[in-house]
Amino acid sequence: MATVRSDLLYQDEIDGGKHWSFTLRRGTVLRLIDREGGANVGMLFYNPANLLERYNAPDTLKCQHTFKLTAGHCLYSDMGRVFCSIVEDTAGWHDTVCGNSTKSMVAERWGRRSYQEYRNGWTQNGHDSFLVEGAKYGLGRRDLAANVNWFSKVRTERDGTLVFDPESTRAGARVDLRFDMDTLVLFHTCPHPMNPAAEYPRKPVAYELYRGDPAAADDPCRTGRPENGRGFANNHLYHLCG
Amino acid sequence: MTKKSTLSPETAGYRKTVPAGDYWMHVVKAGQVFRIVDLEGNQAADTLFYSAADPAERYSAVDTIREQRNVYLGVGTRLMSTAGNPMLEIVADTVGRHDTLGGACSTESNTVRYALEKKCMHACRDSYLLAVAEHEEFGLTKRDITHNINFFMNVPVTPEGGLTFADGVSGPGQYVEMRACMDVIVLISNCPQLNNPCNAYDPTPIEVVVWDAAA
Repeated sequence: MATVRSDLLYQDEIDGGKHWSFTLRRGTVLRLIDREGGANVGMLFYNPANLLERYNAPDTLKCQHTFKLTAGHCLYSDMGRVFCSIVEDTAGWHDTVCGNSTKSMVAERWGRRSYQEYRNGWTQNGHDSFLVEGAKYGLGRRDLAANVNWFSKVRTERDGTLVFDPESTRAGARVDLRFDMDTLVLFHTCPHPMNPAAEYPRKPVAYELYRGDPAAADDPCRTGRPENGRGFANNHLYHLCG
Repeated sequence: MTKKSTLSPETAGYRKTVPAGDYWMHVVKAGQVFRIVDLEGNQAADTLFYSAADPAERYSAVDTIREQRNVYLGVGTRLMSTAGNPMLEIVADTVGRHDTLGGACSTESNTVRYALEKKCMHACRDSYLLAVAEHEEFGLTKRDITHNINFFMNVPVTPEGGLTFADGVSGPGQYVEMRACMDVIVLISNCPQLNNPCNAYDPTPIEVVVWDAAA
């Protein structure tokens, strides 16, 4: 796949069980790195110019005839446009159908840790993390859609039974997202809701921002499926009108 | 797995036929039994549920999938809310499998899935948007139109992570029936999709039937 990154603009690392958000400009590449292996990054996307336009997991899956997300896939808004595309991926399988951990789930599985006792080592959950980050932009419970879980693999048996793969990513696994329109990104590093680990999995995630090239005419994410060519055509019209 | 109901439509307190391309929005009370009948076969009933007491709590496809550890819906599936509460339970089903991965069609997703010039064809999300606009009493807007159930649709997932739209496993007169665990607002778009071979490009009516809670 052609190199789409140049110029490292920013780098940072966020500990497991935390949350953050930013608005990424069209053309930026976000690289996520699973530092130790076994990380999970919950993520949601919104159009900052119209918060009613948001990531749509069912549209993303059905138009690309896929249950998993990996290199070559585009992540669609509910308006038929591409928020970002996966230009590189060394993990191979990311989940977008299992949702989030919740406060009760985390307490039941890993015990309730008080803030007073554990300080910033308390155990946060994905659902509340999205509520906190979303509220900074006027978003609430009604705005939380099905999210992506980067680095988490959940496959199915023939009868539809879900199987969480605890070994799905190794230390150093990375995924590169090229943003094809301006996007508000909410994310957390809380455990995947099906993670069976005995201890609350507190896995750090590094992220880097690069200046990227826009999707060229022969970009594999654009040409991989005729659907994606039409998704990019919708982006083109959007930016013409903007 | 399929399971027939013991209830007869003649004893139902409410029956209504919903034409192809139309929507149905109605409150089903806790304890009531709610049936959707696929009158002519292979129709998709794209359905959303909201807690009538707090519509910010609504059906969650991802919580339902994860909590039952399976991507397909059938008898015994509890339809979970965003707050982790069971909203309804499927108690009878003559089809055996229903989809909650594929979502509802929209004019915009039609441009991506089929062709750019399909943009002005009627779609489920148009029906949903009209429904919430015509029923302001529920206080719902576009932000409430979320990841739904497609009753009667068959969307198989492969162990390798593929996803396909297979021909329907439903047929004329097949039905799915569920008991409400809380008062729910039901919003169905009877899918108008004209581009999908699953319904032989021919959207057809459904019937909705509601029985009062057993005395």
